[in-house]
This record gives sequence, C-alpha cells and structure tokens, in this order.
Amino acid sequence: MFVPCGDSAPDLAGCTLLMPAVSVGNVGQLAIDLIISTLNMCKIGYFYTDCLVPMVGNNPYATAEENSTELSTNAEVYALPSRKLVALQLRSIFIKYKSKPFCEKLLSWVKSSGCAKVVVLSSSHSYHRNDLQLRSTPFRYLLSPSMQTSVQNKMQSLNWEEMEKTACIPEIDESELCVRIPGGGITKTLYDEGCSKDVPVAVLLKFVSEGDNIPDALGLVEYLNEWLQIIKPCTSVFISYFGYDKLSHTQRRKTKQIYCCTAPEVGSPQRVAPG
Amino acid sequence: MKISFNDKSLQTTFEYPPESSLQEEEGEAEESEEEEQEEEEDEEEDEEGRRETPEDREVRRQLARKREVRLLRRQTKTSLEVSLLEKYPCSKFIIAIGNNAVAFVSSFIMNSGVWEEVGCAKLWNEWCRTTDTIHLSPTEAFCVFYHLKSNPSVLLCQCSCYVAEDQQFQWLEKVFGSCSRKNMQVTVLTCRHVTDYKTAESTSSLHTPFLKALKTQNFREPLCCSLLEQPNIVHDLPAAVLSYCQVWKIPAVLYLCYTDVMKLDLITVEAFKPVLSSRSLKGLVKNIPQSTEILKKLMTTNEIQSNIYT
Repeated sequence: MFVPCGDSAPDLAGCTLLMPAVSVGNVGQLAIDLIISTLNMCKIGYFYTDCLVPMVGNNPYATAEENSTELSTNAEVYALPSRKLVALQLRSIFIKYKSKPFCEKLLSWVKSSGCAKVVVLSSSHSYHRNDLQLRSTPFRYLLSPSMQTSVQNKMQSLNWEEMEKTACIPEIDESELCVRIPGGGITKTLYDEGCSKDVPVAVLLKFVSEGDNIPDALGLVEYLNEWLQIIKPCTSVFISYFGYDKLSHTQRRKTKQIYCCTAPEVGSPQRVAPG
Repeated sequence: MKISFNDKSLQTTFEYPPESSLQEEEGEAEESEEEEQEEEEDEEEDEEGRRETPEDREVRRQLARKREVRLLRRQTKTSLEVSLLEKYPCSKFIIAIGNNAVAFVSSFIMNSGVWEEVGCAKLWNEWCRTTDTIHLSPTEAFCVFYHLKSNPSVLLCQCSCYVAEDQQFQWLEKVFGSCSRKNMQVTVLTCRHVTDYKTAESTSSLHTPFLKALKTQNFREPLCCSLLEQPNIVHDLPAAVLSYCQVWKIPAVLYLCYTDVMKLDLITVEAFKPVLSSRSLKGLVKNIPQSTEILKKLMTTNEIQSNIYT
C-alpha cells in the first residue's frame, strides 16, 4: 500500500509513473536512480508491501551532510510535480510467489490514484537474442492496448522496434508465438496485468549482459527521453552516484547487489548465526 | 537424500530437506541462485502458476501454515489474540537480534532489573526448525518478549533465530500490529559479518568489531556511533523493523556491529557497550562491572570443546 511521507496523500492524477523491473543488470533500477537524482525528485511516500524483501540504507541521493542521514527503504515513491512525473524505485527482490500479487496491488493503486500511464524500464538477457535481434538496436518497446491508440504513431515516427514475439517453447518449432522477456523479472507479469486490467503500460527495455551496467542505464534513459523528453542525461551525476567511482570494478559489481539482496542459500553458514 | 551439515560451533544444524518435501521446498532452493537465474525462475514460476492444480495450491497452503509466525504465552500455553503491542502498550522497545546482541542484552540490561516474560514467537523455517506443536520447549524459545516489572511500558525482545524473508512481515504484524504507534521508541541491536561492509578504504584499516548506526527520520537523539555509510545496506529482520518504523514515523535506531566472529564472542558483545550511554538505555543499566562478569560466565558456559583430538 502507498503510505505518504506527509499527512495527506499527494495528488497524482494525470501523472506518468516511471518504475523499474528488477531485471538483468539492474538496468531499470539504475535508470530510475539516474532520473531521480538528476531531476532532484523529492520523496513523497513509500510503497509498503509484504511482497519485497525488506532492506534499508542511507539516502542514496544525498548531496549534502544534511540529507545524507535520511533512511531509504525497499520501495519508495518520488515526484516532480512540475512535470507531472512520479517515480517508484524498487531496491530489492520479490519474495517467492509474491511477484504477481505485487503487480496486482501496484496496478490497482495506479488506477485509484489516477495516473495517466505507467512506463516500466527493464532489461533482458542479451544472449537470448535471435539472429535478427543481434543485428539491430538493443532497445525494444511494448505497449498495452490502451497505450497503443495514443502512442503507437509516436513510436513509429521514432523508428522504434517493438519487442518481437518468439516461440513460447523455444525448442519446439511449431509452438505458439508470444512475447518472452528472459531476465526481465516482473516485466512480463506487469505487462500482462496492464493488458488485462486496461491500464496504460509501456515497457522500455534493453538487451544487456551482467557487468558494469551504468552505460546501459544511461542508454535506457536516453531511449526514454527520445519519447518523453524529461531529462538531459548527465554523466557527471553517475560519477558521484553512490560513491561508485571510488570503488574498484569488483566492488562496483557487488554494490549493484544492493538492489537485490539475494535470499540466503539453504545451508549457507553466513546465515546461521546472524548475531 | 539427506545431507547433514552439523557444526556445533555455529550452534545450528543444517539439513537439506528430505525427498518428500522437495516438491514444496524446491522453490526456496531455486531462490538461492544468481539474480539472472532468479528472474528466469520468476517467469517459469508464473507459467507454473497458470498450470497450478488444486493439489499444488493445497500443498502451498500447508507450507504457508507451517511457516506461520505465532505469538504464544508460554505460561498459559495460549496464543495471543491481538498483536503484542496492542496487549502491552509500549514506550520503549529494545530488540536484540542474533546471539551476540542477545548476550549483550542478557548481561547488561536484563540483569539490571526484574523482567517478566510476556510472550514468545514460534516459527518454523529451514534454519529454525521448531517442532510443530502448540507447546514450546525451553530449547525452542528463540524469540522471547519481556517487560520490565517496575515499568511495564518498557519491552525487550531477544531473538536468536533467523526469521526468513517470507516471515518478517508476519512477525511485524504479530508484534507491532498493523496500525501506527506514536509515543514509542525502538532500539534494535544486531551483528553482521565484516565482509558485508563495503568501503573504499583498505580493509586492513578496519578495526573489527565496530559499531554503525541507522536511524529513522523521527529519531532525534544523539547517536552512539557514526552512521552507516552508503552503499551499505541492512536486510533481514532488523531491516524489516526499521522499514516499518520509517514508514509509520516511529523514532527508531539500529545499532549494527560489524564483526569477524559471528559465533558468540566476548569482544563482539562488548563492542555494543557504547550503546549503554544512549538516552533510552541509560536508565536501564545499573551495574556494568557486575554485568561484565555475568557476560564472561555466559561465554564460558557456551564454549564448546572443539579440539578434535579429545
């Protein structure tokens, strides 16, 4: 459920909700971080849910001593009222069997708060691409039916490529074609929910591999920007992002794991005596 | 197939689940793999969800019932009908999670006053295998709640079991309830292994054990140590408690001890000592030298002979 920071619920009618899917390379989450910090969006509330693994840390967008001590949780909502923009940042993974309930709760909140559309930033495994996809741009989009009528023409004018349908069961030639997003986390579920519940959902994704995915996130934000024109991506913001530049490559890879606190392995000694 | 990983010094037994329950717990084993595999797993899980039969749903329901968190009163052997804080209004709540934090609280706080047990949380997961009965034997009392007899609005929790991700929200509901609680302050104490600590500095300059703190927006008191720097995060039950407090605007602080010894260790426990000077704990601690003696005794009774030659 959405819990506002202040005493009253903010008015989100007509806003565009940007959100990540926890996906390969954490590209969606990195892209949302870039948007929130560059546009200096302010926190307006929390999405308090039992569907995500709990985690806390200090303010990742701190610019000064004063705001560095604010606590951040696993699902927070930020807003830029002047541009009618709302961003939901997800910082941890879903608890088993809870991803679908989360999508349902989220989209029902989107409907009740009157958001105009939801844009999901995501990624998919680059090694799953077929021959055609290997030769083309790594960016793809998907639109739910209620978005298609208003936005399809814009996508075509931008020469964007829609996510192709591939065989539902890859090994079988005669199997049906459907949209598959390997490594995309809840992207497909959100998209399907959006289609069935008539919520305007757009998915923007990039084919990526795990590694230092900041350039992928920058690319994804530029891709989004071609359409929504919200931001001028500034590399210097990322340089100071989480003190990222001060860490070695191995540490950077580990730092990305802050977004996905992996569930403990059964039998892992580290989890035995956590005190 | 049963593989046993018995290590008394870790004070817990690991077992891979028996064949018969592999159907239900397959999901948990899968979850321990890499992130990218997990996303794929999610997709497969969603497809399986669509093919789920009534039997699958029944198995999942039974597993959920087995993993339910229950609050009991051991004295009367009854369950608590309402959340703990609804039954026992609280102005100060101290939560010790993990064996070192529990030892600290036992020696320094609980020995400085008379505390009465008001409840006990019973839960089952792969690390904390309580038997499935309404009665809790003393060896299975991993999560016990007390209040101070002289001031019953001061509550204390000693939690030495691992509360799994899917149980943390339930634990919060059973303890805190689902409504916001003003006029209350929460202090959480726990440990993490120092290898979890991310810093740009050289690790040879880190002097373990050391304390770090995280606080919610409404917590106004001075801290006993420096704040946990980015990009470090906290998860598990301490994070669940702090998230709850942050969302519902309850003043709360987490004191996190980074140590290289995760088992019960005197130096690690003593690293929590700066916390005794905090406003919320100062009034609760009477005799520090005596508490230190009690702590030393606790250490020796818990020391297991680990010499393989005897």
